[in-house]
Amino acid sequence: MIRVEGLTKRYGATTVLDGLDFTVAAGETLVLFGPSGAGKTVLLRALAGAVVPEAGRVFIGEQDVTDRAPEERGVGMAFQNYALFPHMTAFENIASPLRARGLGRDAIRAGVTDIATLLKIDHVVGHAPKALSNGQKQRTALARALVAEPEVLLLDDPLRNVDAKLRFEMRLELPRLLAGRGATVIYVTQDYKEAMALGDRIAVLAAGRIVQIGTPEEIYTAPATVEIAKLFGDPTINLLEAVPEKDEGGVFLRISDQRVALGADLGAAVGRACLAGLRPEALSFAAAGIPVESEAETPFNEKTVTLALTRRRRESLVSRPAGTPGPTSGPAHVAIDPAQVLVFDRETGARIALGQGAAAEAAA
Amino acid sequence: MDHATPLERWLRGIALALVVLFFMFPIFWIVLMSLQTNETILRTPPSMVFEPTLSNYSAIIAGRLDSNVASMGIEFMSNLKNSIILSTFSVALALLLGVPAAYAFARHKFRGSEDIAFTLLSFRFAPPLLVLLPLTLYFQQIGLADTYVGLIWVYQLICLPLILWIVRGYFEDISPDVEHAYRIAGHSWFATFRRIALPLAGPGIAAAGLLAFIFAWNNFVFALVLASADKQPVTVGALAFVTASGIQYGQIAAAIVLSIAPTLALALYAQRYLVEGLSLGAVKG
Repeated sequence: MIRVEGLTKRYGATTVLDGLDFTVAAGETLVLFGPSGAGKTVLLRALAGAVVPEAGRVFIGEQDVTDRAPEERGVGMAFQNYALFPHMTAFENIASPLRARGLGRDAIRAGVTDIATLLKIDHVVGHAPKALSNGQKQRTALARALVAEPEVLLLDDPLRNVDAKLRFEMRLELPRLLAGRGATVIYVTQDYKEAMALGDRIAVLAAGRIVQIGTPEEIYTAPATVEIAKLFGDPTINLLEAVPEKDEGGVFLRISDQRVALGADLGAAVGRACLAGLRPEALSFAAAGIPVESEAETPFNEKTVTLALTRRRRESLVSRPAGTPGPTSGPAHVAIDPAQVLVFDRETGARIALGQGAAAEAAA
Repeated sequence: MDHATPLERWLRGIALALVVLFFMFPIFWIVLMSLQTNETILRTPPSMVFEPTLSNYSAIIAGRLDSNVASMGIEFMSNLKNSIILSTFSVALALLLGVPAAYAFARHKFRGSEDIAFTLLSFRFAPPLLVLLPLTLYFQQIGLADTYVGLIWVYQLICLPLILWIVRGYFEDISPDVEHAYRIAGHSWFATFRRIALPLAGPGIAAAGLLAFIFAWNNFVFALVLASADKQPVTVGALAFVTASGIQYGQIAAAIVLSIAPTLALALYAQRYLVEGLSLGAVKG
């Protein structure tokens, strides 16, 4: 278990971590997600003890480790730039945590061989890091973090520098690997697919603060802010400016003179300048609905995305499963699934929804 | 480089040969002189044809300087020994003090750390004579004048800043993440310094040590003022060849050959590290 209370780190006048509070349960995988410079790496380093915070406490298990040296925290960490020891072979790199724990020669050999075989680098452990490919370096770094079976694993964007094929493979393998060890994992990434695939929960970081923390499902279907909604999802969410209205039929949006019903709980949004967030899969072509011009189509493997223009020349992306029939170019109609409409305050970017409290908190 | 035409390669060869000739000729000439007697050296016109003799070397090693008028004892071999003692211990001490200091300056930025580092470097700017006058008085007072310890201490003015600043640059080039990774693996900071920082900065340390050794070996004025005959290094000892009955060119040449031999041997031995160290690529992970 990891618990962080009020963690703050400043470099000169810049506050990189701004009073972070969160808990990661034992055996859970928490993904830290956010743009460059959000403080993800600094947070990981502060947990590992490589960066000394100005304020706040870090607990691992039940123990306060804030003032402990990195070697006394018993964590495993894989660095984004691998940070392999260039003057040692891959074997010695992987063996270093075992050597520090004073294991005998046979135990070290067995431990290294096990993890190297698991990560499919057993054939290159005799090589120097220089002689390894990026994928092999990344696996060596991962093996070094895993080999001593630490209770806490900190993985800093380990898949960033590997090619697409290997990244995909590792994205499939990693959850199994991590679950098998029962370690508490904090995983940093800038790739939302990786975040969704690996995280039990995702913490979205921006400018040193946690903007939202929740399951991948929650982050995707109920993003706290419009920024998060834009970061998760490919193609990105459609955002249309609109002012929700209310009549005896309930709350609704007016898009191209068509009425789009909203949930009754969105009363708070009535009359406010809002952004309607429509995921491409919340839209579908139908016999009736909002009139659009179908402009262009891009087939992906599993879906086809159509660029459609509303009457006011606003661009929207509509996606549908590949192979299903779509409109020919020209006039068409789009239907909106009202349950999937997200409404954000245009000024603050916060989502207006059932959980008004949560949205207000995120906006603060 | 690969696209050079034969003509370019040929011209480059000539240019390199000229450079080598330019730098090696004085050494070559001195080796020739050391194998001649004073008479053959001074004849006009000079000639490359002579009967080689080892008499200069034997005179120096035996410690007897024979000129045509008189014969006198010289201490050249003990000068050589002094040079070796002074340079070796100075560099060893400077490495012992300078390498940890360089590491501290590279890794732990604190208030005033740049100022301290710069002050240490500024020792190299001061003209030695400025330091020497007060130092002579102090050394006589506290009994350090004319001792190896005193000289080695003063030699730190030469060696320490050099080692500190060169090695610091090498430490700064090592990614801090590599050290963090070693500590997170469970090793103490001292083990990290010894197993990660030192080996990775090794070529730089070797290069700095070698340079410091050469600078210490070539030092003249500190030893001239602070040491008497039995502690003097070769640079000062060479003065003895200027005698009342003339300058003993042959013996000077032989003495020079003997005195550059250790540094030359050291440089050749350390060349591998020097090239590695100065090209730096080896340090990056």
